[in-house]
Amino acid sequence: MRSFTYERATSPQQAAAIVAERKGAKFLAGGTNLLDLMKLEIETPTHLVDVQDLDLDMIEETAEGGLRIGALVSNTALSADPRVMRDYAVLSRAVQAGASGQLRNKATTGGNLLQRTRCPYFYDTNMPCNKRSPGSGCAASAGYSRQLGVVGISEDCIATYPGDMAVALAVLDAVVETIRPDGTSRSIPLGDFHLLWGDTPDKETVLEHGELITGVVLPKPPGGQHYYHKVRDRASYAFALVSVAAVLQPDGTGRVAFGGVAPRPWRKDEADAALTQGAKAVVEQAFAGSATRDDNKYKIALAERTLAGILAEARS
Amino acid sequence: MKYEAPVGKTIFDDAKIVGKSTRRIDGPLKTSGMAPYAYERHDVASGQVYGYIVGSAIAKGRIASMDLEEARSAPGVLAVIAATETDPLGSSNFNTAPLFGGPEITHYHQAIACVVAETFEQARAAAALIRTTYDRDEGEYSLSRTVEQAASDTSKIVSENVVRNGDFESAFAAAAVQIDQTYTTPDESHAMMEPFATIAAWEGDKLTLWTSNQMIAWGRAAMASILRMPKENIRLDSPYLGGGFGGKLWVRVDAVLAALAAKAAGRPVKIMMQRALTYNNATHRHATIQRVRIGADKNGKIAAIAHECWSGNLTGGMDENGAAQTRALYAGPDNLTASYLTELDLPEANAMRAPGEAPGHLAIEVAMDELAEQLGMDPIELRILNEPETLPSNPSIKFSDRHLVECLRVGAESFGWANRKSRPGTVREGRWMVGMGVAAGYRGALIMKSGARVSIDARGKISVETDMTDIGTGSYTIIAQTAAECMGVALEDVSVDLGDSRSPVSAGSGGQWGAASSTAGVYAACVELRRMVTEKFGYDPETASFADGMVRDANVVRALSEAGPLSAEDTMTYGDFQKEYDMGTYASHFAEVAVDAYTGEVRIRRMLAVCDAGRILNPLTARSQVIGAMVMAAGAALTEELAVDKRFGFFVNHDMAGYEVPVHADIGQQSVIFLDTLDGVIAPLKAKGVGELGICGPGAAIANAIYNATGVRVRDYPITVDKLIAEMPDVA
Repeated sequence: MRSFTYERATSPQQAAAIVAERKGAKFLAGGTNLLDLMKLEIETPTHLVDVQDLDLDMIEETAEGGLRIGALVSNTALSADPRVMRDYAVLSRAVQAGASGQLRNKATTGGNLLQRTRCPYFYDTNMPCNKRSPGSGCAASAGYSRQLGVVGISEDCIATYPGDMAVALAVLDAVVETIRPDGTSRSIPLGDFHLLWGDTPDKETVLEHGELITGVVLPKPPGGQHYYHKVRDRASYAFALVSVAAVLQPDGTGRVAFGGVAPRPWRKDEADAALTQGAKAVVEQAFAGSATRDDNKYKIALAERTLAGILAEARS
Repeated sequence: MKYEAPVGKTIFDDAKIVGKSTRRIDGPLKTSGMAPYAYERHDVASGQVYGYIVGSAIAKGRIASMDLEEARSAPGVLAVIAATETDPLGSSNFNTAPLFGGPEITHYHQAIACVVAETFEQARAAAALIRTTYDRDEGEYSLSRTVEQAASDTSKIVSENVVRNGDFESAFAAAAVQIDQTYTTPDESHAMMEPFATIAAWEGDKLTLWTSNQMIAWGRAAMASILRMPKENIRLDSPYLGGGFGGKLWVRVDAVLAALAAKAAGRPVKIMMQRALTYNNATHRHATIQRVRIGADKNGKIAAIAHECWSGNLTGGMDENGAAQTRALYAGPDNLTASYLTELDLPEANAMRAPGEAPGHLAIEVAMDELAEQLGMDPIELRILNEPETLPSNPSIKFSDRHLVECLRVGAESFGWANRKSRPGTVREGRWMVGMGVAAGYRGALIMKSGARVSIDARGKISVETDMTDIGTGSYTIIAQTAAECMGVALEDVSVDLGDSRSPVSAGSGGQWGAASSTAGVYAACVELRRMVTEKFGYDPETASFADGMVRDANVVRALSEAGPLSAEDTMTYGDFQKEYDMGTYASHFAEVAVDAYTGEVRIRRMLAVCDAGRILNPLTARSQVIGAMVMAAGAALTEELAVDKRFGFFVNHDMAGYEVPVHADIGQQSVIFLDTLDGVIAPLKAKGVGELGICGPGAAIANAIYNATGVRVRDYPITVDKLIAEMPDVA
């Protein structure tokens, strides 16, 4: 770990302004990912701006009938909120499918959106990795890729966004709210928040340097039945091989997003539209243009089978 | 004391303490955090500083250059030890991979430097400043490739261990029913909870290592050889271990570097090998390729059986003999068991819990299931039909005490085997496909010479000193039970001091020999101490009895405390008569699983082990051993695999997130039944180990249960969802 300086911010705008001023500065919230990466020198911030004192840990109802989730609401609090459990069950289930109880107590809503990939080559600093060290190459592309991406990836990077929460947020049409160093705020649809890797896999989101996530807004409840099925090699405490978030209406229409397959929670309008035609049609649409490898091509079949299980459960 | 012949009735046959479920005497220390593990021994030497290990970035080649200057001038740095500035150290004589010194690199994450600093953070930060360049050599990292090459080029086999009885090939060719299948198991990691860790301190030319090690005397000898110094000048102390599983049979580079670093820094140095290094730096279980052929008649009587196993290792390394159990399990007059070793440039493979037998069962016990299906027989009846009278691979050898058939029958009854549907894929509960599987288990019962010192103090309290280790197994407790039983005192009146090389040399913990061997050594010392007590009291040693803290002879009674202080030391050794026997432990393993018909996710619902391992010294801790082993077996069956990058030559998933051991949610109900058996051949306590028996078979039972549930037979472990859904019927 490199030496760094540390301070605690007193307001969101102040936090944003401090980070914007210093090139090597980063926000620190729960620290469940950032601190691990700092120990490995994959992240090397020179200054940390701790946002934990900011007043962003509330879940409030919006005028539109939805919820605004503060950026500092912990995963534990989010998944246990009665309104979330009742009206946005897919979100509660997705959060509970992630990490461990201890980690969920520390992990925040804003931080979780910024969780970095779990590609093993990204974590091993002896290996080339365009995300960690731009231009060095991608060791994963022709390597051990069983966990890695099959769609939306590029020549330069086949990593996935590893989280669960954001997959549910994607089917809920959530909007990320931020504050910028100049005090202005913006609203970013979740589907636009994470970037595809292209030839700049080190750039992972649309956030500008110094732009702080203040909250996530859920539109009014979508109704329907909510599903989150995370398939992994063990029953708990593992990242998804494939996860499927779905909100299904009684008429068979609905929304679906896939996790563990792409640089972002993977949702396609065409795939949603195909829901009434069954899992095969949905997956054909969602995974059009996929680029699989021998050891991860199973993910497409697994996505189809997982969705088929959800659709069967919805019918029963 | 020498054990020269099977014993008759002993004091243990009327035991009040030995054989009774007894809570760990070290339990309160552990649950309250008061049992210090190696890295936590802050009080043993003052002025401790921290070492941080740097691992090689290549798998094979040599270091071209190391720039150490920036690290040396970093804040807090006291010393930097570099491979390029250190001559190769001596060999440990236990391992083949060199631990440290010189520019040559033989495996990924081999230690190339150690930075010593005032704080851990300073050491870690400075370690990142070392700049190393390498000359990379081509290496061989694919077992399947070396085994393929060996088929046409026998020089690729660097060692073989082949045992034949009769003429397998002819008998197999003539058999009415034949099975010929190949099974593969991956490299596995011990992944014990407590990492390798050592604190080292020098006083003049004397070195003390507070470390985490299963085999104190081996470790001391290895350190003497590595550092080229007299072993009398080395002390190892390892009273508590957070797991070892064979990975801590050897001293590792944490101990070596701590010793070098403490000398260089002139301060005691503590080093914990970083978790991410352990998978490639330390040893692991070999991957195997196993071919099993079984020929039987139409009634299921086995005529011919062959089990061949291929593994790979660094030059000079050992093999993983997956065929070992097949020498003992089933009758079949014409048999062949073989283990072949090829060379790889991956990190060193070595012993992991039930070496050979753990992966071996994943092949032979699935092959038996396949044979039973082909015959249309119940797999339990098939096994019972082929129960041997004597050792199949050498029929002149008798079994010391064997109750495998009873294990199978008791298990079938207890598990509800009669409810199993023999046709696969026929039990469905909603989206879950449900199945049951069975496997037999065999693990050799090794016995090793073991010593102890037992003392009485003036209050009549007993203390036991031995370099035996408790790696989480319960050694403290069974040793206290043995001493209490022998000396006629309450358990609370016994204290046990383990893991210190200043104590008499014991068997140590490995090969599931620890319990039987170490208690026999304590027994030997107690017999001598009893003799000394009776001599002091003028009692007849043959008739004197020890009970309730008193010693009685005819009509005289004296308190044991009157004999103190008094101390006796002895070592139990064994006569050649044991060579006439195959000493083994036996089990039946059952599993019920549910497989998601859509996703292929496997959930273990129930597991049962029925164990035949002689006297169970402490059923409570023995059960913990067995259920822990069953969990590890479940990992081998379903999740655990060191993924090999065949280009760079290393295990890619080298952290606890990537190498997936089972979690609580993976394990359903676990039951253990111990048969009430005694094996008088092995040792006076008539006890055998169970810690490895528990991992021999459950994985195969799970695999067989998955087949019974789904009709899909995966012969390439671990059985993960991608392999299952590839064969499962469509659901869309």
